[in-house]
Order: sequence, then C-alpha cells, then structure tokens
Amino acid sequence: MTTLQAVFEKARAEDRAALVGYLPAGFPTKEGAVAAATAMVEAGCDVIEIGLPYSDPLMDGPTIQDAVHRSLTNGTRIADVLRTVEGVARSGAATLVMTYWNPIDRYGAERFARDLASAGGVGTITPDLTPEEAGPWLTASEEAGLGTVFLVAPSSTDDRIARVAECCTGFVYAASLMGVTGARESVSVAAEGLVKRTKSHTDLPVCVGLGVGTGAQAAEVAGYADGVIVGSAFIRRLLDAPDEATGLRSVRELAAELARGVRR
Amino acid sequence: MTATEGIPLTPADLDGGRVYGDDPDVLGKFGVFGGRYVPEALIPALDEVAAEYEKAKNDLEFLREFDHLLRTYAGRPTTLTEVPRFAEHAGGARIVLKREDLTHTGAHKINNVLGQALLTKRLGKTRVIAETGAGQHGVATATAAALMGLECVIYMGAVDCERQALNVARMKLLGATVVPVSNGSQTLKDAINEAFRDWVTNVDHTHYLFGTVAGPHPFPEIVRDFARIIGVEARRQIQELTCRLPDAVAAAVGGGSNAIGIFHAFINDPGVRLYGFEAGGRGVESGEHALTLTQGSIGVLHGSRTYVLQDDEGQTIESHSISAGLDYPGVGPEHAWLKDSGRATYQGVTDDEAMQAFALLARTEGIIPAIESSHALAGALRLGRELGPEATILVNLSGRGDKDMGTAMKYFNL
Repeated sequence: MTTLQAVFEKARAEDRAALVGYLPAGFPTKEGAVAAATAMVEAGCDVIEIGLPYSDPLMDGPTIQDAVHRSLTNGTRIADVLRTVEGVARSGAATLVMTYWNPIDRYGAERFARDLASAGGVGTITPDLTPEEAGPWLTASEEAGLGTVFLVAPSSTDDRIARVAECCTGFVYAASLMGVTGARESVSVAAEGLVKRTKSHTDLPVCVGLGVGTGAQAAEVAGYADGVIVGSAFIRRLLDAPDEATGLRSVRELAAELARGVRR
Repeated sequence: MTATEGIPLTPADLDGGRVYGDDPDVLGKFGVFGGRYVPEALIPALDEVAAEYEKAKNDLEFLREFDHLLRTYAGRPTTLTEVPRFAEHAGGARIVLKREDLTHTGAHKINNVLGQALLTKRLGKTRVIAETGAGQHGVATATAAALMGLECVIYMGAVDCERQALNVARMKLLGATVVPVSNGSQTLKDAINEAFRDWVTNVDHTHYLFGTVAGPHPFPEIVRDFARIIGVEARRQIQELTCRLPDAVAAAVGGGSNAIGIFHAFINDPGVRLYGFEAGGRGVESGEHALTLTQGSIGVLHGSRTYVLQDDEGQTIESHSISAGLDYPGVGPEHAWLKDSGRATYQGVTDDEAMQAFALLARTEGIIPAIESSHALAGALRLGRELGPEATILVNLSGRGDKDMGTAMKYFNL
C-alpha cells in the first residue's frame, strides 16, 4: 500500500507536483470504474479519489452529478465502493474515498473507517464535514490508520484555514474557486493565493482542485501547489465516449497529458 | 389589548425569550440536531449572516422596520377565526384558525422573507436566491425582492413548476427569474441543492433567502424567529377570545417553518400540547410519503443533522405528498429536538385525509385552505375527537388554497 506521505515525498524528489484523479465508484459501471482508475494510475496518476455516490451532491457541478446519478442508478452500494477501492489500490496508487458525510454517518464512522482500511484505502476527503463536526471521524480515522483530508476555500479566513489544516493528515485540499466541481476555461486566480495562505499555516502538502482539466492548467497549478486534482475532466471523457474501450483510451490520454503537465 | 390592535415586536419576541433552553448553542445545535454540514467555502457566509442577525435582532431600528412592514405590507396582525361548523366534525371541540392565509401573498412565508430581505440589505447584498416547493416561498421572496429592489432568482423543481404553474407565472410577473431544476427527484430537495450551488458561486453579492427552519445554522434560528410572530399574536388573541390558553396547537410540517412559527410562543406553556402533522402521502405502507419525523431516521441533509427519509446507506429517499410544500424528505432540526424531547408530537395525515379536510373547510366555513394547511386541519379533526368537546384547538391555517385549484380540480373531478 502506498501512503500519501510516500507519494508526496516521491513527487518532491522528482521536483514535480503529484497528480490526483477522481472518479465515482460505479461509473461508468462497477467494473468500468476500476478499469478507468487503473488506466489513470498507469498513465501517471499518483493518487486516486474514489467518489462515494450520494443522492444530494450539493457541491458538485453537472458533470459529476450526472456520473453519480448513473452510478446510483446502476445500484452502487458502499460494498461496491469498498471493492472499487480494493481494485484500484492494487494498481499501486494511494487510494482515498471522497464522500459527503451522511453515508459514513449512517454506515457508522468506526465501521466505515475499519472497512476502508481493510480495503486498502489510505483515507478520506470529506467536503461537507467541518472541523466543528469532525471529532468522531477524526478519532475513527486515527484508530484505523486513515488519513483525513478537509477543504479550504478562497473565502476561508486565516483562522479557518489554520483550524481546517489542523484536522488534516496527508494533505490539505484547496478549492481553487468559489463554486462547484467542474472543468473550466482557466484556473481561478484565487488558487495561488489560497495555497500560499494555507502553507503559512501547515507543513502538509497542499493540493488544488476544482476547475483543472488540461495539461497546461496542471502545469500552471503545479507551479505553486504540491498536487493537482482532476475529476470532472476525466468523467467528461467517459461520458462523451461512444463505448467503454474508447472511454478508457481517452481517460488514459488525459492522464498522460496531465502527468506531463505536473512535470513541466 | 384587542385582537385587532397592533402587537409591537420586541427583541424578546425575536429571540424567543431564551427560557426553555430552546435556542441553539454556539454550534447551532438543538440538542444533537442542527449544526453545519456544508462546504468550507460557505462557512464565512454563514458566519457573516449569523453575526449580522445577532446585531439586527437587538437593533430596535431593525425591529421597528420589520414590524412596520408586517403591519403595512403583510397585513399583520392576522385575525383568528373560530370555525364551529367545521368543528362539528371534530366531536364538538372548539377549533380556532390562525389566519395566515390572509397575509399578503397568501401564506405565512411573507413573514420570513420580509425579515430576511431586510437582513440582505443590512448585509449589503444585492441579489437573493431561494428554493421553493409549492411556489409560496418563491412568490414571497420575489415579492420582497420587488419591494426592496433586489435581483431575485428562484430554484424550483421541474415537477413542482408543473404542479404550480400559476405560482411560476406570479414569480415571473414580480420580476424574478425562475430556474426549473430537472435533476434528482425534481422537487424541493433538488431545488435546495441547486440553490446552494448558486450560493457558493455568487456568495459575495448574494444572500440565500432560505425558506424554512432547516439547513445549516443560523437558518433554523433566523427563519424561526421571523416566523415566530404567528404564535406571538395567536397566543394573545386566543386568550382574548377564550380567556385561556388552548389545549392543543396544530400545524402542518414539511420543513417546519409555519409549525415552529406558531409553536414557539407556546413552548413554555406546559398545558398546551403541540402537534405537528406531516404529509402521509399515500400512506405509510405505500412508502410514498413525507413522514420524516415519524418514519425517518437521524442523518444529515442540506447542512443539518435532523430526521431524514433515507435508506440504510444514507441515500435520501424521495418523498411524496399531494402538497408540494410538504414534499420534503428532511425537517428542521428544532422539530427533531422537540420530538425527541417529547415537547411536541408528530403524526401523519394522508393525501386523502388532507383533501377531505380541504373540501370540508370550504363547504362548512367558506374558507379554501392551502393543501399544506389542510394537513393541520385533518389533524385537528382527529385531535378534537381524541381530546373531547371541552378542548380548544388552535390551528395554523398557514396559507390559502388558490394555488391548489389545479390539484383540487383533478382530485375532486370539479
């Protein structure tokens, strides 16, 4: 199992940023998600976030909403998410689960932490869990040896950034812009300042997500962040492909392009 | 003081008196319920709203302005109406209606939106967004936005847009942009998701004018406080009418704002039983209902810990109700707290029971209620038979039924 620490140490040694790819479990199919994520790893992703599909994804834009909806329609359950993590972790990437809080809350924090760790997961990203409510999850994660990643945003005050960073292990997720997930024409100018502010409060790596989708954007972000997170752009490739084989090829191409970007 | 005399607001009216311990704590919790489960990006905005509201609710100038709007624009105080012919069907108990249907725009929602629109101006924001189910909150928000010169965008489930086409037209006429939401179940919960997405994108100049006592802190507290005038008036009025407090207060519960609005002034009156009636839809067994408090389980939805209709893995289950305004799989955290503390009782009323009460009030009293409010009326009929002819039941008639004529025509083959 590759730890997040090892990922960022390796990237630093190679004088580049880490590449983090996101894909929801169960999309385009249960097996297809493992295949696509494995292709992403083979083409250069260091870390994979497996999304746990949730019925009310209120910080996601249309692309991820669409993928998540299909996944739920496919009947994806938490057991499938864990199986996906297991499959992807086998590829050698550090594998996280990204999830809204309610599914973990309902499943049971301790049980979820235990099951994720035994599936080979290294931690979670929880976009709607704030430090105020994170206590039980921090305890459960620590006991299971899982990392905890929380988000900071351009609107975050320095106090908030410090508070959020304190809850993080592994890395801090900097949301590049005020908005929902989804690829954009250009990366928000707010991202660089946010990374700088975050770094003044923590020694952890800071990764930037939201709105990154091309090699050039990845190169730009890699200039100031420790990691580049890409989600919707991968999903878009799968959604637009006429069949699964084409989709896989397309995802692999994008991962390779982004991997070159973070090395520029 | 008589029932028609003005009832000036005081800071105590807005802050609930802080007697029962029913105000949320610093984290926005009512017991274990409430709090904030939102993207970090929204925390500063929620902090800003909470801080400004703390100032506003102790600012006499703000309260005076709110009070003035309630009187001269919304039509407050609303009257009480006793409905003896209707009550004959409830075993002879006295039934008294709080006539929120007589407010401007036709439902209690106007109280909250006027308060929050004033708050929006204090925040220096120029744009409001809102979600709406039945369209009543959307219409009320569009109304307040027109009155105060604010840009207004309303998110409404595509299914609801169809069910409530008349309200869509009203909102447009009032200058609002109505955005039909066609993802998920295409109803209120999806409209809320979409409004949150807009808010996080445009938060620098936009206030999310939340329509019910759900959502992340401080919305449950703010919306309650602005709706609280319903109970403050009714408590004084019913004592003038009957020389005592009622035995029971009944209200419909979707998100729960009209119910909390009338309950709150009675919370410290132990002799007054509080009853919330949820939408039972096609019945418990059918699985097609909105019985969040009576059939749901504790979880997190739309930023708040509360009772939720969810499956064993925390996926929200789509609710059903003939009334769009109650068609919501969550409920305000203070109701969850009132339920668990035993202070209030919650029961279900089916579509059919609600529609019978709807028609009965029209025929016996010449009042056409909203289908939402008809759930409380059906509940009152049940309560009356339970509590006996000596009992007095105060019912929040939260809105009027003009908007429901399409549904009624279909249901009754009119």
